[in-house]
Amino acid sequence: MSIDTSKVASTNTTAATAKKPNPVGAAAEWADDRLGLATLAKKNLRKVFPDHWSFMLGEIALWSFVVLLLSGVFLTLWFTPSMGETTYQGSYAQLRGVGMSEAFASTLKLSFDVRGGLLMRQVHHWSAMLFVAAMMVHLLRVFFTGAHRKPRELNWVVGALLLLLGTLEGFTGYSLPDDLLSGTGIRAADGFVKSQPVIGTYMSFLLFGGEFPGDQIIPRLYIIHVLLIPGLLLALISAHMVLLVYHKHTQWPGPGRTEQNVVGFPMLPVYAAKAGGFFFCVFGVSALMGGLLSINPIWKYGPYDPSKVTAGSQPDWYMGWPDGALRIMPNIEGHFWHHTWSWNVFLPIIVLPMLLFTIVLVLPFIEAWITGDKRDHHLLQRPRNAPGRTATMVALMTLYAVFWIAGGNDIIAIRLHLSINQITYFNRAAVFVLPVVAYLITKRWCISLQRKDRDDLLHGYETGIIMRSPEGGYSERHLPLSTGRAFRLASRDRDPDVFGELPAGPDANGVEPPSGIGSRLAGVRHRLRKMMYADNIQPPTIDELEQGHHHAEHEHELQVPMEGHAADGHQFDGHHLVEGEKLRADD
Amino acid sequence: MTEGHDGHLPGLPGDDSHNGSHDGHGELVPGPIADPGLPEHVWRPTDVDPKAEKRAERQIATLFGLSTVCVVLFVVSYIVFDVNGGGGGATVRTVGGLGASNVALGVTLAGALLFIGIGLIQWARKLMGDHEIVEMRHPARSSDEDREETLRVLALGADESGIARRPLVRNSLLGAVGVLIAPAVIMLKDLGPTNRDVTDSQPYIGAGLEHTVWEKGVRVVRDVVGTPIRTGDLEIGDLINAEPETIFEVDENGDPLLEGVPLQIAKSKAAVVVVRMDPDENNPAPGRENWAVDGILCYSKICTHVGCPISLYEKKTHHLLCPCHQSTFDLADAAKVVFGPAARPLPQLPLMVDADGYLVAQSDFKEPVGPSYWERDSQQSTSK
Repeated sequence: MSIDTSKVASTNTTAATAKKPNPVGAAAEWADDRLGLATLAKKNLRKVFPDHWSFMLGEIALWSFVVLLLSGVFLTLWFTPSMGETTYQGSYAQLRGVGMSEAFASTLKLSFDVRGGLLMRQVHHWSAMLFVAAMMVHLLRVFFTGAHRKPRELNWVVGALLLLLGTLEGFTGYSLPDDLLSGTGIRAADGFVKSQPVIGTYMSFLLFGGEFPGDQIIPRLYIIHVLLIPGLLLALISAHMVLLVYHKHTQWPGPGRTEQNVVGFPMLPVYAAKAGGFFFCVFGVSALMGGLLSINPIWKYGPYDPSKVTAGSQPDWYMGWPDGALRIMPNIEGHFWHHTWSWNVFLPIIVLPMLLFTIVLVLPFIEAWITGDKRDHHLLQRPRNAPGRTATMVALMTLYAVFWIAGGNDIIAIRLHLSINQITYFNRAAVFVLPVVAYLITKRWCISLQRKDRDDLLHGYETGIIMRSPEGGYSERHLPLSTGRAFRLASRDRDPDVFGELPAGPDANGVEPPSGIGSRLAGVRHRLRKMMYADNIQPPTIDELEQGHHHAEHEHELQVPMEGHAADGHQFDGHHLVEGEKLRADD
Repeated sequence: MTEGHDGHLPGLPGDDSHNGSHDGHGELVPGPIADPGLPEHVWRPTDVDPKAEKRAERQIATLFGLSTVCVVLFVVSYIVFDVNGGGGGATVRTVGGLGASNVALGVTLAGALLFIGIGLIQWARKLMGDHEIVEMRHPARSSDEDREETLRVLALGADESGIARRPLVRNSLLGAVGVLIAPAVIMLKDLGPTNRDVTDSQPYIGAGLEHTVWEKGVRVVRDVVGTPIRTGDLEIGDLINAEPETIFEVDENGDPLLEGVPLQIAKSKAAVVVVRMDPDENNPAPGRENWAVDGILCYSKICTHVGCPISLYEKKTHHLLCPCHQSTFDLADAAKVVFGPAARPLPQLPLMVDADGYLVAQSDFKEPVGPSYWERDSQQSTSK
């Protein structure tokens, strides 16, 4: 390593020496004698991380998880996870004398009698929202840029599991205070559990320790929330990080950035300082939100009472989409042999989320199967350069959005003075129609952007300068892109040729094409490949580029005589000194 | 340009030697534009101008100092602001509708953290070396030699254990470990009694999904105060949230009959709404003609969708709407579902009047209340 640091900070010029015994050095030596850390550290302390704003999204998720751990530990010091009955005697006057569970009473205590308790509750709740949101946006970033491709498919799977667990962790968490809103959520969850064929009633009775509501659910959710799921989250986050370090981070293509290298700042000191500083920023923003934005004011809802409900009951935002699916599901119930099939509940709330989650989980494998691409990929793709993939994710996002909007249909109806029936009917159609529309629009949009990139490469960028030839023809002046930008635009794979029918006979290696179900699958795959690639615009070849340059030079030659001869009156464009200038017409 | 980049020149275009087959993938033709290589490093003002360097240093130190100021303010806020007005119900100091303590603690804590964060990032950006360095990647896969060696060692292990040669030992071990799932599952059985357990043993009144605490002669009382209802108390168009009187009953010592879990379970199944409508407008289901008293009808308040208590009544149409998922029931038409995801009408409680003129139940509900479940015998529903 021979970095020119002559001008950096003067303290950097003298390397640390181990000549003089000092206490830190002695401690390090003591530790290394036993742990051999230096071998590990020398490789990783200067590990390179590429820089891009979008690589920060996963970091938000990571740091908000740390904030959740810290604020959560504080909350456990006061929270009593018990459904034992008590009469509230604390300082919130409106509820004094009211019977409630210990869980609710201790949440009130945290909110009104512990200094900073409400702050930590709100920090915890806000950072939970942030945690799930950041994971989702991070997932989108990864998929849109193709960072899920080989060799990172398994890390995608780990990430998807983290999202699932994070969502469950959120649900178990906001259910703990045993307030009217969260109790209603658990009431509905009991209905979800009961809707399962054969096992539903047993599951419900085992979960609640007998009939709903019982006195078991809060302590059970508590241990799931503070031990089981956080433990799994920690383990999976560690795996996620280890794989990240092993694969090394992906990077954007650019001058000097290839599939074989990774260019960026070393972990020590720059990346460590930036990432460490970012942790403080995430924590700080959570604290600011906790201090200024009220969230989950359980004292306004009151303690849970199974015979009461508040209008406009809404779960936390990330539970909104299955709730929306539940709302727009037609009311179909099956009766069979003295038994009940609750299709109206079971399909939207149990089957659909499991199905959609499975789809997300296997997306990288489906894509790899369609593309047949078995190469390692470390350079990211711009979303436009994989139109089929980008459009697929936008279609999924649209599906999610429609479900999510359906989950707020009552609020929308009230705020916008619309009929809730019409909103529901609209959404029933929209879940099928809008994703398709979104797919088509996104794909075409991406292809248009590809066309623009190709045009820029071949003809240069538009300068906005209009030239008029002596004959009166108008043309716009194009100038070539900078080398760096041109290289960046051109650094992408050409898509495989997917035109034509599948070959019928044995291929070049003498392998017979598959028959039966295999052949049908091959046909499906061929059609999917066509859908994915057929309309894409390919980057220019060397020949095309050269032709483009010739063309540009020719154009330029034609335009040269016009250089400096602005149309009459255009000399007063504010860019030149106009002293003594006058309109030619004045002559 | 490349001095100090690990001596690795950036790859030439098209020298990407990917492993694995391409399967018809676009051949890796050289990119149309040659890699111009890493751009030249540009010195920052703080690298070349000692004044700028000093200024940045001062800025960063100021940020860290401000953080400490915020910590001091945090401690002061902790001591100065009450969260509860001294606990005596006195007015709590507020800022913009929020508790002053919460706002002060939140803002000062945020300041303390953000100033450190911003200071660190500023330090990294302005003063730490900003040379991008290059590290080479290695394929994620192990080398072929490693793979072969691993396979050899695995085979050796399998061979020495004799796992392939002794199927009896192997299979009996697999079986034994597999069966170990049984204890793990069976031990969860006591998480709770089953529906049949509680239905058969009736450990509390109205136990089991097919029962509630309603029975013949139980008075219908207002849900909060527990007072009984006379027919004359209700005007046409009124709706009262009600409960069985059992919930408010006390024994001879003055202790409530139901408390704790049985009380909550009773409430979760027995809650009802009582409405009065013009008897001519009511269109009862067959066999329910005598379940109403003077146009007064009583329905379960628990939604048949997933069990939310239903609350929103529209007088004119007799529609009752569930706030959770907007299932709507027409109370004048045997609580039939007119909109939303619920599949079954609300169960109706047959009403009559007792000797004192108060509304009482003729019996328990004739069908289970609340959400559907597998064992529910839907064919026995009395609804139309």
